[in-house]
Amino acid sequence: MAMSDASGNDVAIGNETDSKGRLLTSDGRPLRAALERANRRRKLTAFGLVAPLLAFIVIFFAFPIVQMMWRSVDNPAVVEALPRTLEALQDWNGEELPSEDVYRALYEDMMADQDLPRLEQKIGPLAVRLNYEVSAARGAISRTSRNVDEFEAPYKEAFMDAHRLWRDTEIWRIIEREGRPLTASYYLAAVDAEYNENNEIVRTDENRRIYVALFGRTFAMSLVITFMTFALGFPIAYYLSSLPMSKANLLMIAVLLPFWTSLLVRTSAWIVLLQGQGVINDTLVGLGILDDENRLSMIYNQTGTIIAMTHILLPFMVLPLYSVMKTIPPSYTRAAKSLGATPWTAFRRVYFPQTLPGIAAGGVLVFIISIGYYITPALVGGQDGRMISNEIARHIQSSLNWGLAAALGSMLLVSVLLLYWLFNKLVGTDSLKFG
Amino acid sequence: MSLPAYYTAKDKVWHYAFRVICFAIFFFLLAPILIMIPLSFNAQPYFTFTREMLTLNPEGYSLRWYQDFLGSDSWMRSIRNSFVIGIAATILSTTLGTLAALGLSRAEMPAKGLIMGILISPMIVPLIISAAGMFFFFSQINIAQTFFGVVLAHAALGTPFVVITVTATLVGFDQSLTRAAANLGASPTTNFFKITMPLILPGVISGALFAFITSFDEIVVVLFVAGVEQRTIPREMWSGIREDISPTILAVATILVLISVALLTVVELLRRRGERMRGLSPQ
Repeated sequence: MAMSDASGNDVAIGNETDSKGRLLTSDGRPLRAALERANRRRKLTAFGLVAPLLAFIVIFFAFPIVQMMWRSVDNPAVVEALPRTLEALQDWNGEELPSEDVYRALYEDMMADQDLPRLEQKIGPLAVRLNYEVSAARGAISRTSRNVDEFEAPYKEAFMDAHRLWRDTEIWRIIEREGRPLTASYYLAAVDAEYNENNEIVRTDENRRIYVALFGRTFAMSLVITFMTFALGFPIAYYLSSLPMSKANLLMIAVLLPFWTSLLVRTSAWIVLLQGQGVINDTLVGLGILDDENRLSMIYNQTGTIIAMTHILLPFMVLPLYSVMKTIPPSYTRAAKSLGATPWTAFRRVYFPQTLPGIAAGGVLVFIISIGYYITPALVGGQDGRMISNEIARHIQSSLNWGLAAALGSMLLVSVLLLYWLFNKLVGTDSLKFG
Repeated sequence: MSLPAYYTAKDKVWHYAFRVICFAIFFFLLAPILIMIPLSFNAQPYFTFTREMLTLNPEGYSLRWYQDFLGSDSWMRSIRNSFVIGIAATILSTTLGTLAALGLSRAEMPAKGLIMGILISPMIVPLIISAAGMFFFFSQINIAQTFFGVVLAHAALGTPFVVITVTATLVGFDQSLTRAAANLGASPTTNFFKITMPLILPGVISGALFAFITSFDEIVVVLFVAGVEQRTIPREMWSGIREDISPTILAVATILVLISVALLTVVELLRRRGERMRGLSPQ
C-alpha cells in the first residue's frame, strides 16, 4: 500500500510492527522515521526554491546596507596611521601638551607612512578623518607630513613650528579619543552633539545645529503630506466604493494613471505648473488676480515639495482605503439611519470606525515612503524643502563624510523599520496590493 | 442621476457638493499629467501656453521638441539603456521571485515570516539607503558603473513585487491539481511547466511588469551606481530638470505617459482575467 503525499514522495506503509511495537513501512523501516525523512525532504525542497533569491538579496542588498551602517561606527583612520603615537599617548595626563616622546612617535609614524606605497598610505585618510573634528586638521596634517623628513630633534619644537595645530592640546585630545577602532562621534554629530574639551558630550553651538531640526522637519513634512493624502484620498475612496463596479473601474484610472506614471514625469509636471513663469501663475496674472510682479513662489520651497509629494503619494492612500471601504456593507449605515441616527452620526459612529484599518494602512504607507523620499525634494525642494535623504546624499556625493552619512542613514532606516513593524502589527503585509 | 425622493434640500446640496469635491480631487490627480501633453507641442521654449496656443493658431504648435528628442544621441542612448537594463533586471527578478514564491507558499517552508521579511525588504528600505549601500559595495567589487551592476541593483529592487504578486496568485491555487498530475506520473518539471505555470502565469506577468516599471522608473540607485554609459531615461530627465530645463522633457514625459497607459491597460486586463479564472475554479 502506498500513499502519495503532496509533493509526490511515496511513503510505503506496511502493517508489520517491530519488536518494540512501532509501526514499520513495507521495506522494514520505522514509520515515524520514514515520515520524518519525507518531511525533511519536502522542507529542503521548499527551502531550495527560496534559496537562490534569498542568497541574491542577502549578498547584493542586505549585506551592502549592513556594511554601510558599519561605517557609522567604524573608525580605523587614527589606529592605523598612528600606532606609535597612540602608545606613547597612553601616559599623557591630558592637561598640557604631550612630552617629546609623543612627538617623536608622531614623527616616526609619519616617516613610516612615507615608505608605504602610495595607495596604502594612512596619513591622507587620517587628515580627512580628523578634519571632521577640527576643520583645520586636513591642511595642517598634510602640510606637516610633506615636510616631516626635514624635521630634526627635538621633534616637539619642530612640529610646533610647522603648524599651530600642534601647539594646541585639542588635537591631542581628539587623537587620543579617536584612537579606538569604534567611534560614537558620527552619531553625536547626527544628533547635533559633540565632545567638549573635557571629553564630555555637549550640544553643538546653536548656529551649527542642523540635523535634529532636519529630522524634525522631515517628520513634520511627512505628517503634513500624510494628512493631505488622507484629506484628499478619503472622499474619493468613499465615492469610488459607493459606485457600481463598472463606473468605479473607469474612475479608478484617474488614481492608477498617476500611480503608473514615471516619478520624474510627475515631478516635472509640478515644476511646469508651479514655477514663476508657469501655468498657474500665468493664469492668475492673465485673469488679473495677481500683478505681474507678485507672482506666487510655489516651487523650490516647502510648499512645492508638499504639493508635489501629496500628488505623488495620493494613490498609496486611496488604494488601501478603497479596498477596505469596498468590504463595508452599506446596510450598516442604513440600519443606523433607520434607527434614528442623523447621516452625520451614522457616518461618524458606524461607517468611519470601520474604515480605520484602511486609514492606518494608507497612513503608515504614505508616511514611510515620505520620510525616505529623495528625488522630489531634491528637484523642487530648494533650501527649506530639503529632507534628511538629501543630506545623506550630500554627505556621500559631495562632502564625502561617509561616516556621518551612515549614521544619519541608520537613524532613518531604524525609524522606517519601526514604522513598518507597527504597520505589520496594525494591518499585516497581505493588505499591500498594487494596481 | 435621479436622487431618492426622501432627500431634503440639505441632502441634495450635500450630494452635489460632495461630487464637486470628488471631481476636483480627480482633476488634481490627472490635470498635472495631462497638461504636459499639449505643452509638449509648444513652438516656443516656454513651459506655459502662449497666446498662439490659446487661440489654436497652428503656428503656436510644433513638433520641434520631439525632433529634438529623436535627434539627440544621449536621449536615444538612454532609451536603449532603460530597455536593456529593465528587461535584463525583469528576467532575473521574475525567475528568482517566482521560484521563491513557489517555495514560500508551501506549507512546510521553514522560517516563513523571517524569510519573507528579508525578501521584501528592498521595497521598505528607503531608496537612498539602498543606493548608498550598493554604491559602496559595488565599488569594492568593481561592478559600479557597469551594466551588470545596475541590472543586479534593479533586479534586487524588483523582486519584492514579483514575490508578492505570485504569492497572492498561489493563495487561490488548487494544490490537488499538481497532486493529480503527480499521481498520473508527471515529473516535477513537467508538473511545473504544464500545470502550475499556466495557472500562475497572470500573477507572474503582472509581477514582471511591476519589476520592469520599477527598473524603468528607478533613478536614485542609477544616480549612485550607474556611470555616464548607463544613463537611463529618468537619469537623463534628472539632468534635464537640474541643468538646462527645456520642453524636450515634456515631449519625453508625454511618451512616458503613453507607455504607462499601455502598461496599465495590460495589468488591468491581466487582473480581470485572473479574477475571472479564479471565479470559475472551485475553491
